[in-house]
Amino acid sequence: MKAHEYQAKQLLAEFGVPVPRCGVARTPAEAKRIAGELAGEVVIKAQVHAGGRGKAGGIKIVSSPDEAEQAAKAMLGSRLVTHQTGPQGVPVNVVLVTEAIDIERELYLGIVIDNVAGAPVIMASEAGGMDIEEIARTRPEKILKAYVDPTTGIRSYQTRRLAYGLNLKQEQIRPASDIIGNLYKLFQAKDCSLAEINPLAVARDGRLFAVDAKLNFDDNAAYRQKAVADLRDTSQEDPLEVEAKSKGIDNYVKLDGNIGCIVNGAGLAMAVLDLLKQAGGGAANFLDIGTMNDPERVVQAFRILTSDRDVKAVLVNIFGGMARVDIIAQGIVNASKQMEIKVPVVVRLAGTNVEQGERILKDSGLKLVRAYSFKEAAEKAVAAAKKSS
Amino acid sequence: MSILIDKKTRLLVQGITGGEGSFHTRRCVQYGTNVVAGVTPGKGGTDLDGIPVFNTVERAVAETGANTSIIFVPAAFAADAMLEAAEGGISLVVCITEGIPTLDMVVVQRYLKQKKVRLIGPNCPGLLSPGKSKVGIMSGDIFLEGNVGVVSRSGTLTYEAVSQLTALRIGQSTCVGLGGDPIIGTVFVDALELFQKDRQTEAVVLIGEIGGNQEQIAAEFIRKKMTKPVIAFVAGSSAPPGRRMGHAGAIITGSSGKAQEKIAALEAAGAAIAASPAEIGTTTQKVLASRR
Repeated sequence: MKAHEYQAKQLLAEFGVPVPRCGVARTPAEAKRIAGELAGEVVIKAQVHAGGRGKAGGIKIVSSPDEAEQAAKAMLGSRLVTHQTGPQGVPVNVVLVTEAIDIERELYLGIVIDNVAGAPVIMASEAGGMDIEEIARTRPEKILKAYVDPTTGIRSYQTRRLAYGLNLKQEQIRPASDIIGNLYKLFQAKDCSLAEINPLAVARDGRLFAVDAKLNFDDNAAYRQKAVADLRDTSQEDPLEVEAKSKGIDNYVKLDGNIGCIVNGAGLAMAVLDLLKQAGGGAANFLDIGTMNDPERVVQAFRILTSDRDVKAVLVNIFGGMARVDIIAQGIVNASKQMEIKVPVVVRLAGTNVEQGERILKDSGLKLVRAYSFKEAAEKAVAAAKKSS
Repeated sequence: MSILIDKKTRLLVQGITGGEGSFHTRRCVQYGTNVVAGVTPGKGGTDLDGIPVFNTVERAVAETGANTSIIFVPAAFAADAMLEAAEGGISLVVCITEGIPTLDMVVVQRYLKQKKVRLIGPNCPGLLSPGKSKVGIMSGDIFLEGNVGVVSRSGTLTYEAVSQLTALRIGQSTCVGLGGDPIIGTVFVDALELFQKDRQTEAVVLIGEIGGNQEQIAAEFIRKKMTKPVIAFVAGSSAPPGRRMGHAGAIITGSSGKAQEKIAALEAAGAAIAASPAEIGTTTQKVLASRR
């Protein structure tokens, strides 16, 4: 799960990381008022779950409350299209009005889990403002790292070493070291998967500020992070994904093809996408139906797929293990009774209780396109989608 | 031979009285696995089909000599269960549970490594040595005893691959499902090392997916240490970047973790690449035929 910049900054401030003075506006009038309170030059920043805001017109520097109002008016209620959003863009419902910092240097600070080390890694770099991947590509020697061993936790020698590595003045070492330590505390306390301050600005007056920040959270920890869950902004997500989640289908990702997919298991679901592409088609979604043995789950999946106007054919590919094929088959039958499925449905079943599943489909008299191997299923789905679109 | 589990496996089931726990315990027993004990705190002294249930792992190990544990407890308690197993003297821990917070796994993985306890998973289908033992949730009837090792990050895609092999009468030595989480106990390299040493195993099928770089590390191992042929498929060539594809570990971050990079690394290391997930069986058949 992602947080907005303004939410990330509120959390950073709570954990003792200095952020520029700022306020959150949902109307142009609010933006004007906050700009008046901050006085001087302020920055209006569109709050969206996407990078590349600056180039897309989502960040404006203004020098008066009236200009702040104008800038906020242009952003609020619009959809921002950046290189990360796709052509439909994402809605701007909130802008952050923040004091403009007179920046001398831009540093990078980030924490992620290093899968190979099996531990969180803190990365710091003097090449701030750039994407970390770009730094890694162009100036890899500029990335300093510190791994946090779970048995010792983070230690001050580590944050100090990183701070010294950033070529700061002696009087900035302590504040920088504290920022690194506090960012780590936030990372751990809130079960983050990514905590990033970029840039960490060194102001001309010598102070340090988190000028932009990004926090992502571990979905697996949602059960113990209720406050984090409240930060979720569904307006930033695909509506079909939001609907799927509300129906208990967590593993649905909208894609740009026209074949709706219902598969059990993440690996198999990914393989189905690959196979469809190789067969000359494209999946409209990734959907892992999971192992809950409940036909209603299948009905809900059909509901999502049939409300997706891109879907020209549905492919159900099930290899029963923990999930039972007969229950999936019953789900397909129930779905066709409860809703009008206008597109062809290709079904391939294998694994646990496949005979019972086949019988259920046969007895139902449903008009389905049947396939008996993985490849056949993909090819028939591609052909069906071409025919009906 | 086979790897990790065989006829000597004495299995303990943590969470044996739960829905999933009891269902899969019975299926393991049916397959021929020697299930010697179960643990559910508060249910000590009872039994499941004659399998004694204990309150603690320590007690269960002392009374039954269990050497392997399979975990079905809910995500919030799974870290504790893994640590208890390691502390209780179990040498192989298989964690089926899905949805364990990553920061919990950081602690667990480190502790088990220090204790020299092998962990499979979490968020995995477990493992199966055809004809010998099953410690997991894979459906036993699709397997055939033989000489091909299978190691995978996915569950159902493994079934698909195994059923393709079995349909071609290519048997398996052991199938290991490593799990779909970012931090897992046993990675490709560990499994490859075991398969390389195992006398029953002639070739290995490796099924990777997007996210992380364990496939690249495996490729390095294949190039330097493997004399047995490796057949590989990597799922997710068509997955979009930045999106979590079901598995918590299956996400392309920026330019890293892409299927294409993994496939290129494995191919350069000499692995035979199955171009399509429907061709894992036939690719293996070709590789085996060329060696005979």
